Amino acid sequence: MSDDAVSPDEVRHVADLARVDLDDDEVDRFTEQFAAILEYFETLDEVPEVDRDAELANVMRPDEERASLESEEALRNAPETEDGYFKGPNVS
Amino acid sequence: MSDNIFITEEQIEGADDGPLAGRTVAVKDNISTEGVRTTCGSKMLEDYVPPYDATVVSRLKNAGATIVGKANMDEFGMGTTTETSYFGETDNPAAPGHVPGGSSGGSAAAVAAGEADLALGSDTGGSVRCPAAFCGVVGIKPTYGLVSRYGLVAYGNSLEQIGPFGETVEDAAALLDVIAGSDERDATTREAPRASDSRAGSTRETRSEGDDSSYAAAATGDVDGLSIGVPTELLEGADEGVVETFWDAIGELEDRGAEYHEVSLPSVEHAVEAYYVIAMSEASSNLARFDGVRYGHSGGYDGNWNETFAKAREEGFGDEVKRRILLGTYALSAGYHDKYYKKAQDARAWVKQDFDEALSEADVLASPTMPVPPFELGESLDDPLKLYLADANTVPVNLADLPAISVPAGETDGLPVGLQLVGPAFGEERLIRAASALA
Repeated sequence: MSDDAVSPDEVRHVADLARVDLDDDEVDRFTEQFAAILEYFETLDEVPEVDRDAELANVMRPDEERASLESEEALRNAPETEDGYFKGPNVS
Repeated sequence: MSDNIFITEEQIEGADDGPLAGRTVAVKDNISTEGVRTTCGSKMLEDYVPPYDATVVSRLKNAGATIVGKANMDEFGMGTTTETSYFGETDNPAAPGHVPGGSSGGSAAAVAAGEADLALGSDTGGSVRCPAAFCGVVGIKPTYGLVSRYGLVAYGNSLEQIGPFGETVEDAAALLDVIAGSDERDATTREAPRASDSRAGSTRETRSEGDDSSYAAAATGDVDGLSIGVPTELLEGADEGVVETFWDAIGELEDRGAEYHEVSLPSVEHAVEAYYVIAMSEASSNLARFDGVRYGHSGGYDGNWNETFAKAREEGFGDEVKRRILLGTYALSAGYHDKYYKKAQDARAWVKQDFDEALSEADVLASPTMPVPPFELGESLDDPLKLYLADANTVPVNLADLPAISVPAGETDGLPVGLQLVGPAFGEERLIRAASALA
């Protein structure tokens, strides 16, 4: 196992960043699994720097008004709505 | 449905007439169908009903196809067995008691069981080719940009393509004819210079890829003079019976006039880790949209938004999805980005170069699609890394944006084995011609 193997606190920190609650069992299991997976990812260190010359071009369209979903349709899957808006939880 | 092939069984009728009139199609449940529940195999989207059709679904309907159901899959496409589905595992019709492969396991099983003539899946790192190989059917992963992803619920945008399944290469190719082609709603479908088959002539033309294709017509089975490169790295460590079956199939192609030589792709030794770093990073960003406010499982309204979003995501996502979101978040987080994500992009460029080189000296590259025969149901779930390594032969193709096909090569101990052929960008016709010599 490498020196910077992931700790339970790091798993909790990353879960916090990703907005995913974990119970203690999940933290333990992920800590163990992440150590093995990240150790495997370490082999990317052996990859040489490579010239990346992707031939990519932006695809643009004219900025013109066009039909889109009706708001009723867009709101249809929302757990809660109010006055034609999505209703979210309190910000703080 | 005893085999649990479909998450939702519902008939969607297409136009009266068209190239797919009278044909039935199963559609993977991460492809949006207007008015018909689309779950991605997740509790998060258990009740989600899209208000619009994916472009490929509109094209199926216009072509006269009848959609017969939304096929089971690994949750959000994250898996190699279809066992991570919130809706339960799917049995393999070609090898009962074994997984159908994944993530498009329901789609492949539908074709293998005769529940549908054809099927659509999506392939981010092998999710069409793996289940095709495990279920003994044909599956195509198109060149990146050939098929519109509009309406496909995103997992790893830079890697994934929607692809067809059929019992024969010609069937799958006929479905590709219908879904391929540019779409103003997906800016990555593109016009590209089309390299004609090198053995047919040297003319080059420009067109919108796939707009006036005739992939089905390419299924002639003519492999006379075909040059096959066999990457030795993709045979190393593979199951003995799989390798034996693979060489038998190559022998069959030789009997029909093809020749093979060994090639080396040193970069593919790093393809699995590069693939997983990129796919997980993209997943962590793509799946940030699931907060339970606009759609999906709600975390309720107690507490602040960070708390309710985290609750919605704890309850709505399964283990493998959480694992990939967290690892992706980790790989992109401050201090680790250069170590993981940037190196993975270097590896991706290296893989592309290797394939370009190998394909400059061969018409197609061949390998076993999967290094192992289908796992027994429940056998592999405990060890995620072991499952990731099973993708060794399929993920390099997604990293290189290339087309590939998996075609049945035979069996080992009664279990299906797939042969994978990889071609140059937009070389689908060449792959279809070669693969149709086998099925």
